[in-house]
Amino acid sequence: MTDSPFVIAGRTFASRLIVGTGKYSSHAVMAQAHAASGADMVTVAVRRVNISDRSKESLLDYIDTARMFILPNTAGCYTADEAVRTARLGREAGLSNWVKLEVIGDERTLFPDNEALIEATKVLVKDGFVVLPYTNDDPIACRKLEDAGAAAVMPLGAPIGSGLGIQNVNNMRIIREFARVPLIVDAGVGTASDAALAMELGADGVLMNTAIAGAEQPVAMAQAMKHAVIAGRLAYLAGRIPRKMYATASSPVEGLVGR
Amino acid sequence: MTYADFEQYADLLTIILNGERYELDEPISVAGLLARLEIDPRRVAIEHNLTIIKRQTFPEVVIGEGDRLEIVNFVGGG
Repeated sequence: MTDSPFVIAGRTFASRLIVGTGKYSSHAVMAQAHAASGADMVTVAVRRVNISDRSKESLLDYIDTARMFILPNTAGCYTADEAVRTARLGREAGLSNWVKLEVIGDERTLFPDNEALIEATKVLVKDGFVVLPYTNDDPIACRKLEDAGAAAVMPLGAPIGSGLGIQNVNNMRIIREFARVPLIVDAGVGTASDAALAMELGADGVLMNTAIAGAEQPVAMAQAMKHAVIAGRLAYLAGRIPRKMYATASSPVEGLVGR
Repeated sequence: MTYADFEQYADLLTIILNGERYELDEPISVAGLLARLEIDPRRVAIEHNLTIIKRQTFPEVVIGEGDRLEIVNFVGGG
């Protein structure tokens, strides 16, 4: 079956799986997991250089930048101003004007602050950024972000790093119906079926970090996620059968032996 | 402290580098500071007194007393 390409802001991606670079046991394991995932977009964080200890290897040495598109995030920012400042530094450090915009509203849940997120989106869009906001699974927030010029909407399936899977399936369906920009489920995926479900609901892509980096065998999980995203997408395009209460026999009811 | 020590000390410039006090013995360009810190200029972004400076101007921008500098790079994240 032929699928339409995965396009965000005019850029085509080969994979609908976007992966993170955090929390791996080593850069080498990360590089192997990235290769196994088939992803061609990775997220990175923007942080102060450690001045006193320059011994650490650079993350970028372990990312195949010829193949991978780098998406800097504003993780850890709690105000629109901090996020805008971090996004601008990320643009300067990197090679593009894209940003995964995060404005967090609460430390325990890491839920986004909708109001500040929309405000930061407006500022960055005006400044020429391609803004991919990490948002609550709220159809109205997603619509407002779209109106603010976001290039995609990235609702959470569940809290970051929780591995709970998509908690509000119905909201995700409504967001799908409303969205005129790509819908990427970002955060909350725990295992392959969670990613497949996101795609079956009609998401254009899935973004994950902990589900792969925190698995007992990250490289194997990366491979599982690759297949889950492909399978979920195909199932969405194929059109599933309606749910029914009772059985419908798959084998003919005529010609039974001995009747 | 001898007078000579004091004179040397008084000549030091104090800047705020990534939120910490950092001392320089003379004004230095951003490119000069990166070289001293063994930081590859191609891998970082820099904010000088809250303004982002372009990489091609690193050799021209001079850091003076009291300046605030943020040097950032990419690290693992989701």
